[in-house]
Amino acid sequence: MNILHDERLDGALPRVDKQALLLALRTELPDLEILADDEDLKPYECDGLSAYRTTPMLVVLPQRVEQVRAILAVCHQRGVPVVARGAGTGLSGGALPLAQGVLLVMARFNKILEIDPSARTARVQPGVRNLAISQAAAPYNLYYAPDPSSQIACSIGGNVAENAGGVHCLKYGLTVHNVLKLEVLTVEGECLTLGADSLDAPGFDVLALFNGSEGMLGVITEVTVKLLPRPQVAKVLLASFDAVEKAGSAVARIIGAGIIPGGLEMMDNLAIRAAEDFIHAGYPVEAQAILLCELDGVEADVHDDCQRVRDLLEQAGASEVRQARDEDERVRFWAGRKNAFPAVGRISADYYCMDGTIPRRELSRVLHAIAELSGKYNLRVANVFHAGDGNMHPLILFDANQPGELERAEAFGGEILELCVKVGGSITGEHGVGREKINQMCAQFNSDELTLFHAVKAAFDPKGLLNPGKNIPTLHRCAEFGALHVHAGQLPFPELERF
Amino acid sequence: MAVAEQDESTALLEQVNQARAINTPLQIRGGASKAWLGRSLRGTVIDTRSHCGIVNYDPTELVITARAGTRLADLTRVLQDNGQMLACEPPYTDDGATLGGMLAAGLSGPRRPWAGAVRDAVLGTRVITGLGLHLRFGGEVMKNVAGYDLSRLMAGSFGCLGLISEVSLKVLPIPRCQAHIALELDAHSALLKLGQWGQQPLPISAACHDGQVLRVRLEGGDGSVRAACERLGGEPFAPSWWQALNHQRLDFFQDPRPLWRLSLPNNTAYLELAGDQLLDWAGAQRWLKSDADPEHLRKVASAQGGHATCYSPGLTDSPFQPLPAALMHYHRQLKQRLDPQGIFNPGRMYAEV
Repeated sequence: MNILHDERLDGALPRVDKQALLLALRTELPDLEILADDEDLKPYECDGLSAYRTTPMLVVLPQRVEQVRAILAVCHQRGVPVVARGAGTGLSGGALPLAQGVLLVMARFNKILEIDPSARTARVQPGVRNLAISQAAAPYNLYYAPDPSSQIACSIGGNVAENAGGVHCLKYGLTVHNVLKLEVLTVEGECLTLGADSLDAPGFDVLALFNGSEGMLGVITEVTVKLLPRPQVAKVLLASFDAVEKAGSAVARIIGAGIIPGGLEMMDNLAIRAAEDFIHAGYPVEAQAILLCELDGVEADVHDDCQRVRDLLEQAGASEVRQARDEDERVRFWAGRKNAFPAVGRISADYYCMDGTIPRRELSRVLHAIAELSGKYNLRVANVFHAGDGNMHPLILFDANQPGELERAEAFGGEILELCVKVGGSITGEHGVGREKINQMCAQFNSDELTLFHAVKAAFDPKGLLNPGKNIPTLHRCAEFGALHVHAGQLPFPELERF
Repeated sequence: MAVAEQDESTALLEQVNQARAINTPLQIRGGASKAWLGRSLRGTVIDTRSHCGIVNYDPTELVITARAGTRLADLTRVLQDNGQMLACEPPYTDDGATLGGMLAAGLSGPRRPWAGAVRDAVLGTRVITGLGLHLRFGGEVMKNVAGYDLSRLMAGSFGCLGLISEVSLKVLPIPRCQAHIALELDAHSALLKLGQWGQQPLPISAACHDGQVLRVRLEGGDGSVRAACERLGGEPFAPSWWQALNHQRLDFFQDPRPLWRLSLPNNTAYLELAGDQLLDWAGAQRWLKSDADPEHLRKVASAQGGHATCYSPGLTDSPFQPLPAALMHYHRQLKQRLDPQGIFNPGRMYAEV
């Protein structure tokens, strides 16, 4: 099954006359920057999921909210699909363009409108980069907590659309926990304020609904986020284990002891080796697993907790526990983890990053199953795991230039996600469904649940013009996907490639 | 004491389908501890209390799943036995409040500004919909962005979008150390101080000013709580005061004048309003006992970027602050799509939904 929009499975798209649309937009918005030539459109043909590309019909780069509203009006009136895009760093193809649609690039909305230290909020345009918010708040000793690994590049509008996470979610929450207020435009041209500057707003929690809605319900034009006081200190412990199970049990012990680490990350041997090779973080390359445990907060508490965690790690059978001696070493310990993806990129022509979540207790069972699948598909896997919140990132290594390897990687990834669902987890923890996991949505939800999701979509976008084909599969797609499965998730003819 | 355990989802579903068949509205009722909040309801009562019990709880996962009719008092006791808590501190647990009612009303207690609201703790729900289907959204994992976040949409929807039958929540460890200090300060100075403290990494987990005294709860490790106590000074007081605040049993709430809740940006200055005020949530939630004109209170709250809710039944036809027309339009759209026959608590929040 192909990931690109398939009208047979995803619904027909309107036939749009490109020249007529271009003329309409130029007439309506003479000063709007529009890209219409193939060579100009090329850079926009994919987001961070670069294995899949579609050239958009047009790219528009508005700079004012009024322009966005007018673009939506023109498209709404003519029945033209609109795909919104922030910085294009998304990993699930949520901003994958449509050949029959307009790509609405919000990157020019890059102004920080207000940092209010007394309210501890930042009001920003949607194209502002995640890290830029923390940088702007730094003089007040405040910061914005969610830190997806792409934070130097990704935009806050995209973070909201994906409900982005990061390595500090267990303690500080996801994007949805850190956004106070949104200004959005519906496809029908209504400006809505969702949430408020106060901690709650009257009515349904439409703010929560928009977080993670992947550009399906409206276009975000302004974001107000909460800022937190920077923790006084942060300390990191690095523990090595000769078995993944021991690392898993250490995680349960730490949480069970009532300690909520700022970050709690696990890497397996292949990931450790790749990261050490690349960053020289001082990781133990013989270890089967390492845990990085960051404790942050007020100095006295962090000091006590470090001792507690050290004891728990040793009780769980850690072969070595090291505490970063200084800030330099702390940063180096983290650098290995934060560069795990590019590090794996150095030992393989391509890699495919998965994003399933599981209840933590299922970790060793799932890792064993992944190892078995690795044999079955004859592809290596490096495992990187947000152990604190159960979010796994198995990286499937493959070479797209070898015929059939991409398809094998996809099928392998699909099986991992279905396994996550089976043990009570989810197909996506923080990267979103987009196009990438559109088929696995059929494993996570039944047709009644999907029908309700479509009803929610229709409440905001009855014509289905915003990001069609993403996030929620059609029942038709699921029927076809289901037909590929026989009982107990066993695929018929697993040796065959599937498209 | 064991928690009562009973799966009555089939009976609830049947009752919903009967109501659909004869096109009769239902009023969903748990412990009825918050029945007075919102607009009054007509319709057949559907009682969720028989559908109760803990479905899944593994303390090391920091997640609990229970049926909607589970009494919060039971639930919190089970958590407490394992050194854990609902960080959002839902109110009215002593009055028979249930888990489903907690989510439907979305009300949070004194810890809310620091630990998040009910909606922030929600991970998953099962819901009986207006199409007579029992569906599951979200799950039992901390991170889950598959599909729209229907579970959080249920928080604070007062049962208008469906019957919540089961809830999964993130729970947190009970902090190792607590201290409670009272400082004699006027409201202006209290708000100023709270503003400064908010920008510092202090272990504050509740802050309330009752007109004369600022009461602060400190929670964390021994070291941080002790250091903060020394820094902030003040006199110790009994922790039960916070329960009295959360359950509205303080003398302040006995005043016969109407009760209003003002939700305001956390840096809002003291507002001169007719009546008496109690400032909770470090100033972000202000209780007002006042005969002031509802319109006027709403204007004042809106001008500050907040809103006002009337907690005294019958005083106004719209206890919740009216919504802008465009936003109401999408509320109606949601209601029509999720509950096309208007079975669930019609009019509880607004006449239109």
